[in-house]
Amino acid sequence: MSTPKTLFQKIFDRHVVLERDSGDALLYIDRHLIHDLHHRAFATLKANGQTIRRPELLFGTPDHSVPTTAQTLVDIPQGEMRETVSGLEAAAKEMGFNHFDLTDDRHGIVHVVGPEQGITLPGLVLVCGDSHTSTHGALGCIAFGIGATEIQHVLATQTLWQRRPKNMRINIDGALGPSVTAKDLALLTIAEISAAGGAGFAIEYTGSTIRALSVEGRMTLCNMTIEAGARSGIIAPDEKTIAYVKDRPFSPKGDRWSEACAYWKTLFSDTDASFDHEVLIDATTLEPRVTWGNSPQYSGSIGDTLPNPANEPNLIKRSEMEAALTYMGLQAGMAISDIKVDKVFIGSCTNSRIEDLRAAAAIAKGRQAVVPTLVVPGSGLVKKQAETEGLDQIFKASGMEWREPGCSMCVAINGDTLAPEERSASTSNRNFRGRQGKGSRTHLVSPAMAAGAAIMGHFTDIRSFN
Amino acid sequence: MQPFSSVTAIGVPIDIPNCDTDQIIPARFLRRAKDDPKYATFLLHDLRFNSDGSETDFIYNRTPYRDSHIVVADINWGCGSSRETAVNALVANQIRAVVAPSFGDIHYNNCIRNGVLPVRLPTTSCDQLRKQLHAAPGARMTIDLETQSVTGPDQTLYPFTIDVFDRMRLLEGLDDISITQQHAKTIESFESIYRDQNAWVFDP
Ligand code: SF4
Repeated sequence: MSTPKTLFQKIFDRHVVLERDSGDALLYIDRHLIHDLHHRAFATLKANGQTIRRPELLFGTPDHSVPTTAQTLVDIPQGEMRETVSGLEAAAKEMGFNHFDLTDDRHGIVHVVGPEQGITLPGLVLVCGDSHTSTHGALGCIAFGIGATEIQHVLATQTLWQRRPKNMRINIDGALGPSVTAKDLALLTIAEISAAGGAGFAIEYTGSTIRALSVEGRMTLCNMTIEAGARSGIIAPDEKTIAYVKDRPFSPKGDRWSEACAYWKTLFSDTDASFDHEVLIDATTLEPRVTWGNSPQYSGSIGDTLPNPANEPNLIKRSEMEAALTYMGLQAGMAISDIKVDKVFIGSCTNSRIEDLRAAAAIAKGRQAVVPTLVVPGSGLVKKQAETEGLDQIFKASGMEWREPGCSMCVAINGDTLAPEERSASTSNRNFRGRQGKGSRTHLVSPAMAAGAAIMGHFTDIRSFN
Repeated sequence: MQPFSSVTAIGVPIDIPNCDTDQIIPARFLRRAKDDPKYATFLLHDLRFNSDGSETDFIYNRTPYRDSHIVVADINWGCGSSRETAVNALVANQIRAVVAPSFGDIHYNNCIRNGVLPVRLPTTSCDQLRKQLHAAPGARMTIDLETQSVTGPDQTLYPFTIDVFDRMRLLEGLDDISITQQHAKTIESFESIYRDQNAWVFDP
């Protein structure tokens, strides 16, 4: 018998080109995704006299700098925004890697596009210069964000130096209640293990709740794994995963498909595999959640009141909570449902897939938004699908704005921002200070909760809708 | 990249737990080139500058802290976005080392790859160091990578551990690509076997 391994270890081992005595491994990289903010990588590569080792394994798409009103390059205001997008496009043409430009329906947020195109597949090692690369682990691959220097390394060598992370298993059991989503599960998980709890770990999610989640829901959960400090989250592929990747443009076909499936069936943690840390979460009592602080670890259920920092025994946490309440303009003890919002953002790599838009539309249908609301699909194909289903009409009839795909107000560098002290209900992943514009105040919620806030003008228990 | 052996300098205490890379450099500066003459001002920009461009009284703006080359931070320094520009902003301000109880994993790697030494010390040690740096503005401390130790302003010695490969990278100022290129043949042969066995990865 060979030593029992975790799912992560199985995939990792298969990609080890060589290992140093120190335990650092040189890993082979199967897929490299790149977005506009890294367009300068190619000039640097050239200046260093290097070339892209495997351009066929590199995929680019513009997302961060794309105004959600732009359909082509010339719609982007001249200056650094347009240069960033056109820079990536020009590099793709010159150096011959895959690229989905603005006029191509396949473009969109890099973490929506990868799975949608079948670029992301079980058993691979996938990297991207973006921390939310953890998203792709939902399909049963090792996927993690890297920095600009590491991008250069992958471009030049198709490999990356990695230390073996510790393994953590988060087992989540129980059926989710009505209107409770993967987003709420992600916020609960981060609250349980803290924003730093996953540092140094690769997290595997298991349990009946995970198996019951759709593949899209699993992506939402793995997406936010980085907010718990872990670079990657992974979920063992099952029949849902395989059905999801089948017949996608870049997924294997024919004999290749059968070979891949045979390998994918071996991808699970062995029964006796040992984890360095185990966490058990009961999802049955989970309710829709809302964050109130400047770290995703600070969230509560919609029926809760804001905690009083004075009751927090941990002094670091206490001062962080006090600072957050001040920055956010909130008072200890106030009801979460009394928090009024100025703007609503539905989008981002966390929650801009078709399932998310359907959930938001179900709340918006036949109701009027009372605050400005931006709905931004994750990709051109999600946008098309939503339009086929008439979701765009529902949003527009509610007075919400239906926009072009991109990161938009998740990172707020494309022209969509909050003004100082403006407050949002946002389906994105970070409520950091200034994340949605200098002085902005962000509350993270699920798409249905965001739509509910748009209708009421404050946070509300969407379970009472209907 | 600049090799790192040891540094003795003024330390600046930054008492912000979970200080994410959005704080270290706000997203609106992400498209700026590394040689932008204003790069140094991007570091902790929104904590350091008011909307009208005037300086706040944030500790790094104050003399003598603004001459520091060592940051002593709180838990989870550099969590969040993978932006390596956060390290570029540290480098633009000649920050050579950051001491913290824990770091965001990606930021930690980015530091190593740019010659900035990230030092993990226990929370109590970091608390103590920050307290001393507040009490005696301009107090100097030493970080020695050869001996793997931090010497506080009161001469207390704090040993630290670091991955041997990371230590070598910093001591020698080695960049990863040149290390990896020494293994070109091994990569070549791995790739050809891996390709044969996993044709579906390359040729779907
Ligand atoms: S949607 Fe937000 S989190 Fe996702 S890749 Fe874009 S900026 Fe990053």
